[in-house]
Amino acid sequence: MFPSRFDYSAPDSLDEALATLGQRADETKVLAGGQSLIPLLKLRFAAPATLVDINRIPGLDVLEESNGHLRIGTLARHNQLAADSLVGRRYPTIASAAPQIADPLVRNLGTIGGSLAHGDPAGDWGSVMLALNAEVVVRGPTGERRIPIDDFLVDIFTTSLNEDEIVTEVLVPQPEGSFGGAYLKLERKVGDFATVGVAVHLELDGDTIARAGLGLTAVGSRNIKPTNAENALGGNKCSDELFAEAARLAAEAADPVSDVRGPATYKRAVVEAYVKRGLAEARDQARARAGRT
Amino acid sequence: MDINVTVNSKPTSADVEPRRLLVHWLRDDLRLTATHVGCDTTSCGACTVLVDGTPIKSCTLLAVQANGREVTTVEGLATNGQLHPIQAAFKEEHGLQCGFCTPGMMMVTAALLEKNEDPSEEDIRWAISGNICRCTGYQNIVKSVELAAGQIKAERADATTA
Repeated sequence: MFPSRFDYSAPDSLDEALATLGQRADETKVLAGGQSLIPLLKLRFAAPATLVDINRIPGLDVLEESNGHLRIGTLARHNQLAADSLVGRRYPTIASAAPQIADPLVRNLGTIGGSLAHGDPAGDWGSVMLALNAEVVVRGPTGERRIPIDDFLVDIFTTSLNEDEIVTEVLVPQPEGSFGGAYLKLERKVGDFATVGVAVHLELDGDTIARAGLGLTAVGSRNIKPTNAENALGGNKCSDELFAEAARLAAEAADPVSDVRGPATYKRAVVEAYVKRGLAEARDQARARAGRT
Repeated sequence: MDINVTVNSKPTSADVEPRRLLVHWLRDDLRLTATHVGCDTTSCGACTVLVDGTPIKSCTLLAVQANGREVTTVEGLATNGQLHPIQAAFKEEHGLQCGFCTPGMMMVTAALLEKNEDPSEEDIRWAISGNICRCTGYQNIVKSVELAAGQIKAERADATTA
């Protein structure tokens, strides 16, 4: 399979990339890791006139804590996030999700910014970032915007990113108190899209839940934030009954369709089981962290 | 577009269409046909090559993206007509049947052993999890990687004591 013809530019600055993008924004695609875009080009589901390759722009793979956030550069590769020691110590939901994305070869190229901008409801990062209340930083001709992830994700393959904008960073609030998190993914085999994925993040004050974040993958037209379940958890003490209730509410928020990966009722049941399991795991991690300090 | 790529240690220049996939440039233009196109849909790993030492699927990278980089294919493993220890190990342990996935398997093995000279069985299975083999059931591939790891480690030890 061959993509249709396109012009290609690989600028070494973001300003230059934005200028090229701005010339014919509706006919141009931004190339990051390319692990979703190039397959789409080959299938000719996408046939842009121009491709702007941002891989040669320095600094877009930043990964550091500053001003109360973890800054993740748009070009951070899945494997970079899976292997990073700061992420491993402080961001368990990210550390748990990264090695479950696609397969090792795709993870060497695929990026967090590209994945989010692709807007696939079966993408894993959307759920993780919903659970963590992340913001997406985008740059366009008129400057920079910070978009809460829940507003960034709109619908299937649709985000609130404008045609002339580029995702530059993802900002994840630093966790407070004792925290824990996990990403649980059901897949038929390595490299397949999720049948169901569940992201969980908990911050505890003693045994009281100071903050609970959840995100659901592949059970709707975009990654779902089950706010009723989050609200039921917040301010309450950890208990199996509470977790069961939150899991029930999360399953209610899921809107899966029956397909080759399973019937909708099955997927909803998996959401319920995984939310319960993920909350227990996050709680145990948080308690272990509290015990260490 | 003009590109300069070091392919198997050899500086190589070419004028390629931006839409040309790396695998097609390697196979059809450079006639390096050891790298196989399996699924053509980013699923199977048969087309795996190393770009600056990192294993990637060459059916999902444009040749122009490799501009200025180093690409290694299976043809780059053997030296002076001598099989590379990874190739010798796949032969010895019968780590292939039809051989179609083998180039990809050997390239991920090369990348794995560069980072981890003593991988566990789990490390090996994890490393090859993006590469599909329809024949072997993977058992002999894992054995081949284990043998190659031991062989390379022993060679390195010899080199340091010599």
